[in-house]
Amino acid sequence: MNLTPTLTVALLSALALSACGTESTKPGEKGDARSLTVSSTDDACEVSASDAPAGTLNFAVTNKGDQVTEFYLLAEDGLRILGEVEGIGPKASKTLTVTVPAGGYVTACKPGMVGEGIRADFEVTGSDEKVEVSADEQELIEQATNNYRAYVQDQTAQLLEKTKEFVELYKSGDSDDQARALYPIAREHWERIETVAESFGDLDPKMDAREADVDFAAGEKWTGWHAIEKDLWPARAEKYTAWPPQQRATYADDLLANTVELDKRVQATGKGALEYPLDSIANGSRGLLEEVATGKVTGEEEFWSRTDLWDFQANVDGARIAFEGVQPVLETKDPELAEQLTTRFAQLDELLDSHRKGDGFVLYFELTGDDINALAAAVNALSEPLSHLTAAVVS
Amino acid sequence: MAPKVSRRGLLGGGVAAAGVAGAFAAGRGTAAEDTATEAVSSYPFRGAQQAGIVTPAQDRLHFVALDVTTDDREQLVDLLRRWTAAAERMTAGGSAGPVGPVEGATDVPPDDTGEAIGLPASRLTITFGFGPTLFRDRDGKDRFAIADQRPEALEPLPHFRGDIDDPARSGGDICIQACADDPQVAVHAIRNLVRMGFGVTAVRWSQLGFGRTSTTSTSQSTPRNLFGFKDGTANVKAEEAKALDEHVWVGDGDDDSAAWLAGGSYLVTRRINMTIEVWDRQPLGDQERFVGRTKDAGAPLSGGDEFTEPDFDLPARNGPIIPLDAHVRIVHPDQNDGARMLRRGYNFVDGSDDIGGLDAGLFFIAYVRDPRTHFIPVQRQMAASDALMEYLKFTGSALFAVPPGVAAGQYVGQGLFG
Repeated sequence: MNLTPTLTVALLSALALSACGTESTKPGEKGDARSLTVSSTDDACEVSASDAPAGTLNFAVTNKGDQVTEFYLLAEDGLRILGEVEGIGPKASKTLTVTVPAGGYVTACKPGMVGEGIRADFEVTGSDEKVEVSADEQELIEQATNNYRAYVQDQTAQLLEKTKEFVELYKSGDSDDQARALYPIAREHWERIETVAESFGDLDPKMDAREADVDFAAGEKWTGWHAIEKDLWPARAEKYTAWPPQQRATYADDLLANTVELDKRVQATGKGALEYPLDSIANGSRGLLEEVATGKVTGEEEFWSRTDLWDFQANVDGARIAFEGVQPVLETKDPELAEQLTTRFAQLDELLDSHRKGDGFVLYFELTGDDINALAAAVNALSEPLSHLTAAVVS
Repeated sequence: MAPKVSRRGLLGGGVAAAGVAGAFAAGRGTAAEDTATEAVSSYPFRGAQQAGIVTPAQDRLHFVALDVTTDDREQLVDLLRRWTAAAERMTAGGSAGPVGPVEGATDVPPDDTGEAIGLPASRLTITFGFGPTLFRDRDGKDRFAIADQRPEALEPLPHFRGDIDDPARSGGDICIQACADDPQVAVHAIRNLVRMGFGVTAVRWSQLGFGRTSTTSTSQSTPRNLFGFKDGTANVKAEEAKALDEHVWVGDGDDDSAAWLAGGSYLVTRRINMTIEVWDRQPLGDQERFVGRTKDAGAPLSGGDEFTEPDFDLPARNGPIIPLDAHVRIVHPDQNDGARMLRRGYNFVDGSDDIGGLDAGLFFIAYVRDPRTHFIPVQRQMAASDALMEYLKFTGSALFAVPPGVAAGQYVGQGLFG
């Protein structure tokens, strides 16, 4: 739920300008002309040197003031941002790593995060280190962003269509078998974009809460997909009373109304449009695999219907699409990671394929302990390298 | 009465140390096992409050929750007497039973199981508590004629968002917390007390903890939990007498129907599994934002060192520098009507789960004056909005009333049963 697709203005502009800035909290290596220290106070910005050889520079920034500070490396025009670190609290340190060719630059500390900051000229001299800055990178990033937006919008539109159909079947009262058959198929569209859907903190608990997620003692109500799931598959419930038609209609209409609202927000254009910067796409990919690890592989997500493998596959689909979206950028930065992720996604998909049955999958309880262990191991094998994706693509 | 044999005496083949409790404690003061950091090697069982609450947190835990299997009040009182005597002996470094592990007849099983032979007291404390179901069992029956003395706040904890309710790891009629610096000493204590209870009590669940996650004294440094972060920085400490009276000890007039609990406390336990593998894949910066502190020093993100008060208003881009859902903000007394707890939790690793993940986390223990004001609202707040909830599963939950300390000649809980 921390993977919101909100626009990180500064980060996106830094990327769009083909810079290679990243931050870390470890100071750079000492005794190297490319490792500099910066001391930021409320009224000064002391950089340990005013020049450095071209290549990958590390600025270890320490905040010695009382306000939160930021540090920037700007182009000679003082406008174009090549790299920046934000959110350095008092007495804290962070490091800016940025790869730059020879030329004139400007450093800036921004205590209190306001104004143009305390600036100084900075010179990067020629060196033997090869500095690559791809002119096409901006295009790749725009392409990734546009593609991912289109994917999310398409999935939400399909979710809305299938939810309408599902709600009708469920409300009719005489088509429960069809409703049960459609349930996991409709939910695939939710699961593929789960990290985006979850970013709407007001809608997610109403639509996708599991029974254990609800604080009944505090007066909360359980609504959404899983409440209806229990009503359709009450076999594991103790002393369950099936809902009368009126109650079915109330819960079904509520789910549909929330889905309409979700779709409206995702399809919005102009001022309210969702943005998908590169890091949020990459984080989304990682986040979807986390959903698999904590809910699907353990069979906790679809407790009543046991259709966890549909969700599992859909999460993996969404993660793979997000990865493939940023893959062209990753190929230019870390081709080895790109290859490893491609292989591991394929291995996980292959394993999931072995549990297909008809148009769907076997039910969770039909998996053996060995099956589940193998799936968990494949998820771990993919998740570890995937956790390095964001840092690699924004580097 | 048979002579009490000290375990260390046995090791050296020396003469048994006998006498009153105080003599044990004094005798231990010069023990060779004493380390430079821990001048005290044992704590007396008797006192105004039970030991194991404000006592500087030891490194190891064995905690057990028991159900009473009899309806006979006399048998229960008799067990409390026997437990009191055993706890007094063991916390002084002695044996569980009055005879000892190897001193008795060879044709009967020893009254002490023997695995602590040669081990010092290891700062063992044994703390007893009574659960809601001791007063009325699950069928509503008042088995021991004490229902009218049930503390008002001693209700089973409610279901919180994200709780995986597992009755086999929750609740219990009686609890015993054994803490020591040596795991074998803690396990020895629980093993022998459980054994003494057969016929009267049966184990409902138990939990081992291998590393303290809190400091209960300003003399201790802050340890780390399995997320790798310092834990318990803002704990109520033994040196804060006023805060203890306000937040930990039940006051004289707090509950007229349960006057026996005055000077005692409420004990909350929560078994909190961490999704370790998923947590380990979170970038360092995200981890620090979830917690609201730096991983290295434990300083709040608003600056300073570990013990600097967080500045929740200090602005950064897109909101305050300590995020709105950071753990340190959500559970801070300022956000919870000033409520503080004395936390005494332990890291646990119970091997691996079914899919090869660590079955590990934090066995949360907190002592509070009233769970209705000092625990439930904080937990509810955490369950609703804490960023860490993504990486936690609550797999056990219990509440106990902890009677005050045991005076000379008395048994634990005598205020309730006497």
